[in-house]
Amino acid sequence: MSAAEIAVALLILVSAFLSMAAGIGIVRFPDVLTRLHAATKPQVLGLATVLVAIVVQVPTWGVLTTVVLVMTFQLLTQPMTAHMLGRSAYRSDHVRRDLLIEDDLDRDISDHDQSGQ
Amino acid sequence: MTHAAADVSRWRSVWRQLPLLVALVFLWVFLWDQVTVLTVVTGVLLAIGVTRVLYLPPVLLSGRFNVWRGLLLGLRMMWDVTIASLQVAVLAIDPRWKPMNSIIAVQLLTRSDLVTTLTAEAISVVPGTVVVDIDRERGLLYLHALGTRTQADIDRVRRDVLGTEERIVLAIGTRGQAASVRAARRERRAAHDHSKGVRA
Repeated sequence: MSAAEIAVALLILVSAFLSMAAGIGIVRFPDVLTRLHAATKPQVLGLATVLVAIVVQVPTWGVLTTVVLVMTFQLLTQPMTAHMLGRSAYRSDHVRRDLLIEDDLDRDISDHDQSGQ
Repeated sequence: MTHAAADVSRWRSVWRQLPLLVALVFLWVFLWDQVTVLTVVTGVLLAIGVTRVLYLPPVLLSGRFNVWRGLLLGLRMMWDVTIASLQVAVLAIDPRWKPMNSIIAVQLLTRSDLVTTLTAEAISVVPGTVVVDIDRERGLLYLHALGTRTQADIDRVRRDVLGTEERIVLAIGTRGQAASVRAARRERRAAHDHSKGVRA
């Protein structure tokens, strides 16, 4: 087994671990906003490591450019998804307020409502 | 004369859209994985077609890009993504961990749409924060911060976010924005040194 093959195997293992952690986090965490953290972060690094593994295994320009595209769009779209989900979760009141030590958004919304009346 | 004026503004609008067109052509060529006359020509045609049909208000680029700061920003982002992922992964599988979070408002230093967007994108992938809402007019970001137990944790998250914004402004913001960020930094450093001197 060559060094490259060992590196690829390790990268795939790391990626699998991160994806598993993301899955466990989504099941274990208590509310939508907390789950979003699990759904967005380990998953991004998991994808990055598996893409690096692909490039190491098949080092051609065609593969490299496609991998760069996949990662770019992942980094661009994933925060949007998280933001849209978080925003709608907050607005439809799917928030465990007992887990928040501070809520500036709630404060600002009630300030706004009072000044409007 | 009106004809000439119209011509100038048309060329200006083409010039302003040029970075977007070039990026779209690159995207197309990357998808085909080969640089041939056919892919480049169809790429240019499609880029023009897409920008005509799916028209979006133009993003105001500052026209300034500091390569060194951009590189620092990129490296720092990669590091942050790695740390954030490992951190959340560990929290997810640690059975003793009980979440205690907060939603905090962070006042950004600049009002530029581009900087706000990039900052919001960047802090969604760095440790412990997801953007819940944005107040564009006041330049406020509402963040959900993971694992904040004390006021000190909240202050640290706030500092991290503003640090990210500063790095983005230094890399791609306008000259004016970058200058004001540098001035704010110097002031903070001076205040920090001063407080240290007083304590000693």
